[in-house]
Amino acid sequence: MKPLIDVRGRPLLLWIGIAAIAVALIALPFVLSMVGTTWVRIANLAVLYVLLALGLNIVVGFAGLLDLGYIAFYAVGAYVYALLASPHFGLHLPFWIILPIGAAVAALFGVLLGAPTLKLRGDYLAIVTLGFGEIVRIFLNNLSQPVNITRGPQGIAQIDPFRIGPLDLSTTDRVLGVVISGPMKYYWLLLAVMVVVILINVRLQNSRIGRAWEAVREDETAARAMGIDTTAVKLLAFAMGASFGGIAGGMFASIQGFISPESFVLVESIMVVAMVVLGGMGNIWGVILGAVLLSFVPEILRWTVAPFQNALFGKQLVEPEVIRMLLFGLALVLVMLFRPAGLLPSSVRQRELAGEEAR
Amino acid sequence: MDIFVQQLINGLTLGAVYAVVALGYTMVYGIIQLINFAHGEVVMIGAMVAFTVINLLAAGGLPPLAVVLIGAACAIPVCMLVSYTVERLAYRPLRRAPRLAPLITAIGVSIILQHLAMLVWSRNVLAFPQIIPLKTFHFLGATVTGVQLTILGICAAIMCGLAALVYRTRLGRAMRATAQNPQVAGLMGVDINRVIASTFVIGAALAAVAGVMVGTYYGVAQYTMGSILGLKAFAAAVLGGIGNVPGAMVGGLLLGVVEALGAGYIGDITDLCRYGPLARAIGERCADGGHFVLFGSNYQDVFAFVVLILVLVFRPSGLLGERVGDRA
Repeated sequence: MKPLIDVRGRPLLLWIGIAAIAVALIALPFVLSMVGTTWVRIANLAVLYVLLALGLNIVVGFAGLLDLGYIAFYAVGAYVYALLASPHFGLHLPFWIILPIGAAVAALFGVLLGAPTLKLRGDYLAIVTLGFGEIVRIFLNNLSQPVNITRGPQGIAQIDPFRIGPLDLSTTDRVLGVVISGPMKYYWLLLAVMVVVILINVRLQNSRIGRAWEAVREDETAARAMGIDTTAVKLLAFAMGASFGGIAGGMFASIQGFISPESFVLVESIMVVAMVVLGGMGNIWGVILGAVLLSFVPEILRWTVAPFQNALFGKQLVEPEVIRMLLFGLALVLVMLFRPAGLLPSSVRQRELAGEEAR
Repeated sequence: MDIFVQQLINGLTLGAVYAVVALGYTMVYGIIQLINFAHGEVVMIGAMVAFTVINLLAAGGLPPLAVVLIGAACAIPVCMLVSYTVERLAYRPLRRAPRLAPLITAIGVSIILQHLAMLVWSRNVLAFPQIIPLKTFHFLGATVTGVQLTILGICAAIMCGLAALVYRTRLGRAMRATAQNPQVAGLMGVDINRVIASTFVIGAALAAVAGVMVGTYYGVAQYTMGSILGLKAFAAAVLGGIGNVPGAMVGGLLLGVVEALGAGYIGDITDLCRYGPLARAIGERCADGGHFVLFGSNYQDVFAFVVLILVLVFRPSGLLGERVGDRA
């Protein structure tokens, strides 16, 4: 049994750096709330996107399977949470029961999607997963009849916040004279979950399964010849990626307090793909960078470009939402054209993409 | 029976449009094995350009047919130019890259085109002006509109024209040669870059016509119309066997019919009150001719995806396609 993280041979400076980053991340909401609570919420969404991107990275980056319907698992997790903790069915289970259920149901969906389709070639698989994502959304939109399960396009409201004993994560508290708002508490919870997920990812990548994924990604035929059960390994990637998506979805539902199928459209899937691709498929730190960049930059643009336009033209010429989407599109195209391995490439992936043909 | 014929005709009309769009997917895939994700957006741009022109000319007193034709004539070159630019800038540099790279690029291009269109035309729905007199014909108890007949006629003409182009002309032969083996075709003196660019441009011209047709059929056009239409057309191309020109035509028509019949009948089929024991189990909601419909016609958009998944799982080569060896 190896230690969780190999401490040997790491200079003291590295540990000081890590500690500094940790302190900065923990203190971040205090700084952000000085600018406005909105920014704490934006930071929360950014961490959620990091979780999603890390989950998708298992499928796309580690195992090399392009999944264009990843948001469906996010949706499954969110709806599981909403159904089990809202007045809609009158159920109010605690979150530490629901989140594992959500993860399990999402993983089940991952297997359901993966089992029949994983033998398909990469680009076909991408389209099938895209179709799957749309099917899930259409069902969420229409499962209000004949029995009202999802409330259709109206969505489910008044979803319970997380409660740990007497601590309610949605309310504002005053601790030692310091105001601690709901979003800030959620931020620390998300941060903790993110650290756990990152650790799992790091450990996964260098594990037996991680190496099997890499082998399958590089050359499936050769991997099978080496005795890897390629179908099982790929299914596992789908299921694990999906369960991370499910957990992120559950947290999303609880933070927002309201969900509807509108939140789980195709564009969201593509956004997460864009984060993984921009950061560097297969590199955990790259993927995190991609998710943070693509979450924050559009928001910063939203707050700077709009006043700028108003000052220059006297009216809003280009909506911030459009700028955001154009940014995502450009990120995908430009990265593929000029830096196919992403901003922070993974060493293996770099070698692979430098070659003329991957297989 | 009337409903059946009516749905069949509606399905064939829409299916013919799917087929024309699917041709664009299938030709590109056949030659460079790229799922041109942005093709649906080219259809949308065609519809938007044509609608803008048609709305400008609507008050001018020209005959309606001439107005629509001028609209299409403006849309075709725009779409050709867009598609050529995209191929030149975004796809050509990636021709030797691993397969997923151009696919990801194509997704990015599709987002960019869609939102550029939003910048140009805003979020508003463009309506088709009421200039075409509503002519209807009756056929086996069903009603066929003049627009439907025109769409069917144009699609038939396009398909024949394209078949002639691919199998009877010099360019078509070059396209087929490039599809089989680009390197060898290049050695034989085929200018591959020109052939691939022509394929994109021809597909874009078809997309423009399809956009005009589908816009005229529904009476509206919006910047979001391209993605779902593109996906359905891609499903049609896969159903027929991607890379196969006759396959795209068969697949398109078939998918249109499946969708129309499916949407028309799924409500009746999944009405649990029709089945004795189940109806008794449900009890009061079935009493007095009540319904307990599991899946209504609002699931129409699901059919294309279900067909797509079933075909890819059970017969990835499609109805008319050849077996694809490479599954890595």
